[in-house]
Amino acid sequence: MITIENLNFGYSEKRLLSISHMEIKEKQHLMILGKSGSGKTTLLHILGGLLKPVQGKVLIDDTDLYSLSGTEMDKYRGQNIGLVFQKAHLISALTVKDNLLLAQYFSGIPQDTGRIKEVLNTLNLGEKLNSKVRQLSQGEQQRVTIARALLNKPRVLLADEPTASLDDDNANSVIQLLKEQAENHNASLIIATHDQRVKDAFDLQLNLNEQ
Amino acid sequence: MNLFLLSWKYIKDKPLNTFLNVLLMGLGIAIILVLLILNSQLEENLAKNKRGVDLVVGAKGSPLQLILANVYHIDFPTGNIKLDEAKALTRNRQVKSAIPLALGDNYQGFRIVGTNHDYVKLYEGSLASGDLWKYNLECTIGTNVAMQLGLKIGDEFFGAHGLSDTDLDHDEASYKVVGILEPSNSALDNLILTNIESIWQVHAHTAEEGEEEADHDHEPVLGSAYETGLPEGGPDAEITSMLIQFRSAMGAVVMPRMINSDTNMQAASPAFETQRLFSLMGIGVNMIKSFAYIIIVIAGLSIFISLYNALKDRKYDLAIMRSLGASKSKLFVHVIFEGIIITTIGGVLGFVLGHGLVEFLTGLYEKSEAIGISGMVLVKGEFYVLLISIGVGVLASILPAFNAYRTEISKVLAQE
Ligand SMILES: Nc1ncnc2c1ncn2[C@@H]1O[C@H](COP(=O)(O)OP(=O)(O)OP(=O)(O)O)[C@@H](O)[C@H]1O
Ligand SMILES: [Mg+2]
Repeated sequence: MITIENLNFGYSEKRLLSISHMEIKEKQHLMILGKSGSGKTTLLHILGGLLKPVQGKVLIDDTDLYSLSGTEMDKYRGQNIGLVFQKAHLISALTVKDNLLLAQYFSGIPQDTGRIKEVLNTLNLGEKLNSKVRQLSQGEQQRVTIARALLNKPRVLLADEPTASLDDDNANSVIQLLKEQAENHNASLIIATHDQRVKDAFDLQLNLNEQ
Repeated sequence: MNLFLLSWKYIKDKPLNTFLNVLLMGLGIAIILVLLILNSQLEENLAKNKRGVDLVVGAKGSPLQLILANVYHIDFPTGNIKLDEAKALTRNRQVKSAIPLALGDNYQGFRIVGTNHDYVKLYEGSLASGDLWKYNLECTIGTNVAMQLGLKIGDEFFGAHGLSDTDLDHDEASYKVVGILEPSNSALDNLILTNIESIWQVHAHTAEEGEEEADHDHEPVLGSAYETGLPEGGPDAEITSMLIQFRSAMGAVVMPRMINSDTNMQAASPAFETQRLFSLMGIGVNMIKSFAYIIIVIAGLSIFISLYNALKDRKYDLAIMRSLGASKSKLFVHVIFEGIIITTIGGVLGFVLGHGLVEFLTGLYEKSEAIGISGMVLVKGEFYVLLISIGVGVLASILPAFNAYRTEISKVLAQE
């Protein structure tokens, strides 16, 4: 489903990442582990179509990500890749609903409030539809970003340190939530973390420290 | 959701800042519009009133005053000229037509002008009701005179000496309204027209009180030149001025010099004098205009600074939008829209303020109607003001928009 081939990346001459071959099959999830500075975020961005590798290919289904043009890539990303970050990056000038409408608008799929309500309900945010983002708690904001990432039924869900600022209970429940939602939506989940509490959640692991 | 709505929601999210920028923009545009409205109406009306008049001949004095008094009916006349001298001038080969004017009286602030029917033709005036004057002391009145004073055909009134309504009445001879003119947007609208002999007759009463008692209440006298030409009068008879049209361009070359040096009269060209007036006014107008443009530049700068500063906080927002599938050019347009929306609202505010202000001022200053100024008209050039508003919006936001265009998604998102 997701294939990495002969991937090389470095911000400078110094090589940061090098993966000769890696495959994540349908319904498989991947945990990217490594200490701080090992390149987890970098790899996630490469997989998300945000950062072009120096060398190599990233294939999602049959699409060679980096052979797409700029706007094709933007569109592909909007429709097929859901991103969740450590901090909840929502647009604070807008309501929850408008934040989600924006995800539909920018990815070019029809705007559908029904779908928005449906996703918010599964994340227990149904009542927050018309709330301003600023009025939400941190945890609620985090869940809105998950809702936004899932909204367009992406093929891949990428999460960067989703548990770093959470306590033990919440850390585990967010991982469970992501896993559950990814499975409901038939998406592959890839989490990058150095959080020891959650590293064993998935069988498939990639440890960047060992490279 | 769309880009326009998105930009609008960002604007709504910072109302104070937006208010300031819109106000600045609005003020600048309003000042420019006020100048534009006043200037173009003034220019249009001045041009309208001077058409067909190549030269004004009157008593010696300020040439500008001669024009203002006899063509636009706003200033006081420079004095009178002898009827005989005026008549001699009309025999000159260069003169195609000459319309005599006798000023000096008013009724409730509206000027009573002794002249002939050619004067009405000059401004293409037409009758709304009644007739043009023929007999002495008959008068035909302009549309504003009829409206504001509520005069109807058959009404009689006493003129007052002088040109403002506080002066003494001539209570011996009364004028009788025989006709009312259609609006012509020219000087005619505010005038009371009669024979030159009527003016003489009214003045003769005051000057030679008692002597001509016998003239009272007898049969009306037909004017000696009510249709065209100069009236018959004694050796002492005077008129105020003559509006002259030349037969050829040669007239403009020889006539003024001849009149100014060989006679007791003065000749002034309406075209030249109004142009001189405009260039004098132009200095003031240009200064105010520059001031308005400075305000607009400040508005643009203020919008630029607020967009540019906001962009620092919005880096993440923009990167998120990219990660959600927005293309670079969409972000560019998104920021440009924000600038344009603010300046366009400012432009609309300026439009309302500008027209409102002119309308308010014309209400305060009664003379403004006489020179035909109103706030409730669109003047040419306003379209460009709208373009300026949009242009300032684009200029103010183009650099911030370009920065938005260049947002490096990966770098911004990695800097948590
Ligand atoms: N834009 C950049 N330019 C140059 N070097 C960078 C850039 N972004 C990251 N790096 C460097 O690349 C390395 C990997 O960074 P990355 O953010 O991928 O690490 P990480 O594993 O996500 O770390 P953390 O756990 O702290 O988030 C770091 O040494 C970092 O300093
Ligand atoms: Mg990281």
